[in-house]
Amino acid sequence: MSWAFLRDLLSGVNKYSTGIGRVWVAVVFMFRLLVYVAAAENIWKHEHDEFQCNIKQPGCKNVCFDHFFPVSHIRLWALQLIMVSTPSLLVVFHVAYRENREKQHDQKLYRNPGNIDGGLLGTYLISLILKTGLEIVFLVLFYKLYNGFKIPYLVKCNVKPCPNTVDCYISKPTEKMIFLYFLVATSCLCIILNLSELSYLIFKYSIKCYLKRHMKKQQ
Amino acid sequence: MDWGALHTILGGVNKHSTSIGKIWLTVLFIFRIMILVVAAERVWGDEQDDFVCNTLQPGCRNVCYDHFFPISHIRLWALQLIFVSTPALLVAMHVAYRRHEKKRQFRKGDQKCEYKDIEEIRKQRFRIEGSLWWTYTGSIFFRLIFEAVFMYAFYFMYDGFRMPRLMKCSAWPCPNTVDCFVSRPTEKTVFTIFMIAVSSICILLNVAELCYLLTKFFLRRSKKAGNSKQQPNHENKEETKQNEMNELISDSCQNTVIGFSS
Repeated sequence: MSWAFLRDLLSGVNKYSTGIGRVWVAVVFMFRLLVYVAAAENIWKHEHDEFQCNIKQPGCKNVCFDHFFPVSHIRLWALQLIMVSTPSLLVVFHVAYRENREKQHDQKLYRNPGNIDGGLLGTYLISLILKTGLEIVFLVLFYKLYNGFKIPYLVKCNVKPCPNTVDCYISKPTEKMIFLYFLVATSCLCIILNLSELSYLIFKYSIKCYLKRHMKKQQ
Repeated sequence: MDWGALHTILGGVNKHSTSIGKIWLTVLFIFRIMILVVAAERVWGDEQDDFVCNTLQPGCRNVCYDHFFPISHIRLWALQLIFVSTPALLVAMHVAYRRHEKKRQFRKGDQKCEYKDIEEIRKQRFRIEGSLWWTYTGSIFFRLIFEAVFMYAFYFMYDGFRMPRLMKCSAWPCPNTVDCFVSRPTEKTVFTIFMIAVSSICILLNVAELCYLLTKFFLRRSKKAGNSKQQPNHENKEETKQNEMNELISDSCQNTVIGFSS
């Protein structure tokens, strides 16, 4: 079980997506998943070992690290990637349900089970809204947990058992900040892509509906 | 998910590239990505652990390391490779779009469609003409820009391409000036120079490919202009068209198909 599973999942979803949806999959693969695996993971690898406090008191370093990093950036990033890719499964399930129904009734119920119309359109729109919502939730979480998207090189800690206030130094803060900004930028790009896909689909199908009604009236 | 997945994606683009493009792709995978994964990552693996400063002051080492290496070489290369590979995706998407259109034509039962079955559409190779030419040329142009930007960023951040053995650090909380020693500086310099050299080769290949495509484009245009000047007679127009068609059909091999006519 690894990221390859997510990659296969997204490739499967690609089949039933619109053009913008495919661009979204490409962005998630290249700029989020690949950057995470090839670069970001290694930066945060030894973050606990390299976190140094100017004190010899046993336990103080552990307590301070836990206080300032309740959930590590890299774990939040991984969770975000997984959560954001999952709503696409709804579309896959719906298509599978349609194909199953056709098999059960042994007749052609849909013009093409993978075509985005009727109920599948609703599912697709819901998946887009969920994706966007989750992206925003994670961005807000990052912002709230870490007081903005900055990573200071020094934090002052006075949690027990540290006597008084102790200077603690974070490792590679600049590099971590650069990749954090990269994460935020790609998240925002994905939000914009999802919103444009949403508006495109709503616009397209309202026009279709309107024209159908217009033609019916004429007849 | 790793570089292997990138290889699968870009491998598909390889079919529709020019010969120089294929060479570029080979250089990218063998001399850059493979070297990065197999060798360079090990060399930089212990970079912070073995970055030693001549002081007992806690925090000084962290701060000095962060000051001299805002972003590690290895991460910069990984980002460079990802950005440089991305324009090829544009070509892959364009080809997929064309295939989709041809499949739709085939399904509608269009008589103009030249294929016998859908497998043929899937396997065919598109020539770089029409709108695909613009996408392909655009992708090479962006590749060049990304390569140049990253090379410059590298040079700017590290004051050249050499890895010094010793760095003098006086950032707080280091008391006074402290000597800090980088681990494996010679090996890192060798790999840096190697990666820069291969980047330059890739830039040259991209420039050559761009020149080749532009030359081909202008030659084709002048040929068309020349042909239209020689036969202004309206009666011969149909004959000329038929001749051109016959030429094109005989030119293309079994597996290539003429793209959209401009």
